[in-house]
Parts: sequence; C-alpha cells; structure tokens
Amino acid sequence: MRTFLFLAIVVLSGTGADIAWTHAMKRNGEVKNFAPRALLGVFRRVLQSGWMWLGTALGALAFFALLAVLSWAKVSFVVPATAANYIVGGFGAKFLLKERVSKTRWAGMLLVAAGVALVCAAR
Amino acid sequence: MTSSRKLHAKTFPLLVLVPVFSALGNVLLGKGMRSVGEIHHMSFSTLAVYLPKILSTVWIWLGIGSLLLFYVSYLLVLSWADYSYVLPVTATGYVLAPVLAHFLLGEVVPGTRWVGAAFIFLGVALVGRTPPTTTGQG
Repeated sequence: MRTFLFLAIVVLSGTGADIAWTHAMKRNGEVKNFAPRALLGVFRRVLQSGWMWLGTALGALAFFALLAVLSWAKVSFVVPATAANYIVGGFGAKFLLKERVSKTRWAGMLLVAAGVALVCAAR
Repeated sequence: MTSSRKLHAKTFPLLVLVPVFSALGNVLLGKGMRSVGEIHHMSFSTLAVYLPKILSTVWIWLGIGSLLLFYVSYLLVLSWADYSYVLPVTATGYVLAPVLAHFLLGEVVPGTRWVGAAFIFLGVALVGRTPPTTTGQG
C-alpha cells in the first residue's frame, strides 16, 4: 500500500511539474529568437513566474518520493511502473493544458508507455 | 517554407537534443560518481568528505552541464509544442540505450527490451503523425 502511495506521488507530482513548466513557457510565448542573449531574457522572465517555481517544487517532491520508494521497493518494479507518466501526462495535457489529444496520439502514448515499461522491466 | 514545415523544422532538432542530453548527462554523472567511489552510508561527516571530491570531478560538471542543456531544450520546445506531443516523442532515449549497448558495448540485450524498443518506435511514429501543436500557439 505504501509503495503504491509513493508511486502515485512520483507519477502525479512528476507530471504536475511538467504541466506547470509547460504552462509557464506557453504563457511567456513561443521562443522564436535563439540567440544566447534572447534566450537569457526568456529564462530570466520565466524564472519570475510562479508556475516555474511550482513545477520545480513538484519536480523535487517527485524526485525525493522516488528515492524513498527505491529504498524499500525493487527497482525492477518501481522504474517500469513510472511509465504511467505517459498516460497521466496525456490526461493532464487534455484537461489542464487544453490540448487536443487525438485518438492517434493516445494510441502512440499507450504504445510508448507499454514500451518504456517493457524496456525498464527487462533483466 | 509553410508555417507547418517551419514548425517541424524547428521542433525536430530539439526533440533529438532532449533525449541525447538527458542520456549523456546521466552517463556522465554515473561515470563521475564511479570515479569518486562508492558511498557506503549517508551522514554529514561522509558528505563533508565526498562533496569536495564530487565537486572536483570534471565528469560531474560535464554531466551537470549536459542535464542543464537537456532542461533548456525541453523548456524551449514546450514554449510552442504540445506537452502530449513532446513527452512521448522524447521517449526515443529508451530506444537509443539498448541499440547503443548492443552495437557499441557488445552487451547482450534481452528480447523483452527489443520488443519494448519496437513499441516505443511505433508509438513515437504514431505521435509524430499528429501536429506538434493543437493549442493555436506556434
């Protein structure tokens, strides 16, 4: 039970971090100028966004929850299980970021999630 | 160049760089930590001994630099592309690992891992058929 609770924290906070970062970058606008000075300006602006820091806090939570669960559960179970990120990420993108996730994209994400689980589970 | 082709042209290089910098960063950090030596127990006194060693290892700094480039590329591509597009497509790193392990290191890669790599390849091909952005940005 404790393992599943921590795995849920890893997956949900990891996906939450990505969603918050994506939101921060989208609010700042599409990056069109890739000159170093322009990029520094972009990152100076996004680092002032609360969403960026929320993403960083959630990312840290996911990382420490992963370290904790790895201290008692088997890596061969934990790492493949985190492939659930791809499915949870799809729902987050659809409902929080309002992306149009087509059937083709869902099928692709399911295949990737199954593939990552298989690659990580293989011993 | 049409806007759709332009979008693909600037999205593709970053989608290649994201998994490459991520994998490279992890490999370099692993190499750096191996040269530091195994840490048997975690305490402040152990940390005081190992931290200067870790921070004076070139591989660690190269690893940190590579992971920094991974984050920069990841965030840049997310400024215009969908998260539901970037997330699965950057899973190509999982395909790279068994291929490199087999051809460069001569490792025997279990069949399950090849099947997984094939699933990822097919999944990425499917997601790649969808437009990189559906939210009107880009």
